[in-house]
Amino acid sequence: MARWPKPPEGSWTRHYPGVGTDPISYEDSISPEFYELERKAVFEQAWLNVGRVELLPRNGSYFTKELQVAKTSIIVVRDMRGTIRAFHNVCRHRGNKLVWNDDPRRETSGTCRQFTCKYHGWRYDLEGALTFVQQEREFFDLDKKDYGLVPVHCDVWEGFIFVHLSKQPRQPLREFLGPMITSLEGYPFDKLTERFHYRSEVKANWKLYMDAFQEFYHAPVLHAGQSPPTYANAAREAGFEAPHYRIEGPHRLISTAGIRAWELDAELRKPIEEICRSGLFGPWEQPDLGVALPSGVNPARCDPWGLDSFQLFPNFTILIWGQGWYLTYHYWPTSYDSHVFEGTLYFVPAKTPRERVAHELAAVSFKEYGLQDANTLEATQSMLESRVVERFPLNDQEVLCRHLHEETAKWVDEYRKSGVRAGLR
Amino acid sequence: MSAMLPKEFADLEPFAAAWCLPSEPQRFEKRLASSMDEMQAFYDAVTPRAAAALTYLDRYALDDLPHEALNLMHLLYSMIMVSFPVECWHAPRVPDSGAARIDLIAEPVP
Repeated sequence: MARWPKPPEGSWTRHYPGVGTDPISYEDSISPEFYELERKAVFEQAWLNVGRVELLPRNGSYFTKELQVAKTSIIVVRDMRGTIRAFHNVCRHRGNKLVWNDDPRRETSGTCRQFTCKYHGWRYDLEGALTFVQQEREFFDLDKKDYGLVPVHCDVWEGFIFVHLSKQPRQPLREFLGPMITSLEGYPFDKLTERFHYRSEVKANWKLYMDAFQEFYHAPVLHAGQSPPTYANAAREAGFEAPHYRIEGPHRLISTAGIRAWELDAELRKPIEEICRSGLFGPWEQPDLGVALPSGVNPARCDPWGLDSFQLFPNFTILIWGQGWYLTYHYWPTSYDSHVFEGTLYFVPAKTPRERVAHELAAVSFKEYGLQDANTLEATQSMLESRVVERFPLNDQEVLCRHLHEETAKWVDEYRKSGVRAGLR
Repeated sequence: MSAMLPKEFADLEPFAAAWCLPSEPQRFEKRLASSMDEMQAFYDAVTPRAAAALTYLDRYALDDLPHEALNLMHLLYSMIMVSFPVECWHAPRVPDSGAARIDLIAEPVP
């Protein structure tokens, strides 16, 4: 018996007919050839989030981002007029990586007035113009105007910095995001600046980890050990159902109901949750966000409401918790069978030690869950690669997994077709 | 040796040197390097005192904690860290997490 009403078609999966109901293939997660296409067709054709404006607190602040998936590194900088810009991180003279510290493969950040190449001392201002050439007179017909940094399309939405690696994006950022995502406008992201940032190198295709976090069918089983036995048994018995799924364009949303942990019997809670008045879902006491939540959150109007997980194509998640905080996930492919996962938790800055302790429990819980999720991925990747089994049945609570794989295939197909037309790019 | 913790929490002083650790990577490493007996002893000592510790700490603004209070704060963070081995796993590590690692790169201070 469904606890939540399903759409008139009888299931979420049939409600979004493009995704089908047949068993699916994971060939797209184990094929080096597919990965090569995906790099060009998806990651060089979509807007990619590379962080938030708070990472660039003042004019001259910059950070670098290694985008192995596009075989490049970029510099994101707030120039002297306050505009946020992005450039490929390459010196125009002999191709040295322009901004790096100690180890050129590692990301770095800081504040500066100009970029100076470590190799021959060429300098660029923060708008990308070449301003100084060492022994300029030794060169032949060199016009500095022709040798500025190579810009990367860059735009900011609600404080999230996006870049686009193609020469000409097919859509402006806001149009790419579409109404489901832009209906988050007004959420006070700029007030939630207390930040926990995690990074993990995962030996699995990036889409497998996205799948792990876009269905909660696994939660009562994989994470059973995180709760007292009475709670875990009840959760497993009940199984998981989401009250709402939405697919719009390339993006997806799952929304869940919440629990009022503080109203449960004490035996259903862990002692540490009692002490800290917090847990995986966040602090029991909600912060004052100072604004009404925008129309796009809690679409099923659940009370209590758990979370909304917005999956922005291709590799970015904004997950808003009912308890007044949010987190983001990024999945940066490094090869067909590996990626770098980044998880970032954002809270209204704690004013009191008690509030800060509640945040600490939420953050530590996040990592404990993440470790369980991450480890199943390597186990999955290795057995998918055996190709012993090639078709996998997905249930209605896994509808978003279907959509990610289908959407990725669509972008790859379109790229293949346009590539043929354009005579190979 | 002078006390690390406020005098009201002298009973926790035996745990201070080991567990007053300011960063998550230090606390996580300490957890993996500790036996369950060590963590259980720390947990059993600190959890009954946590409510009093929070009340004590809340006399201060978070960004203006005296040195001993800051140590007490770090001790509570370690309490949270060991609560998972003690309450859930009965082992220092998350079960079945052999190949996985998640590194904390940035965290709020304190």
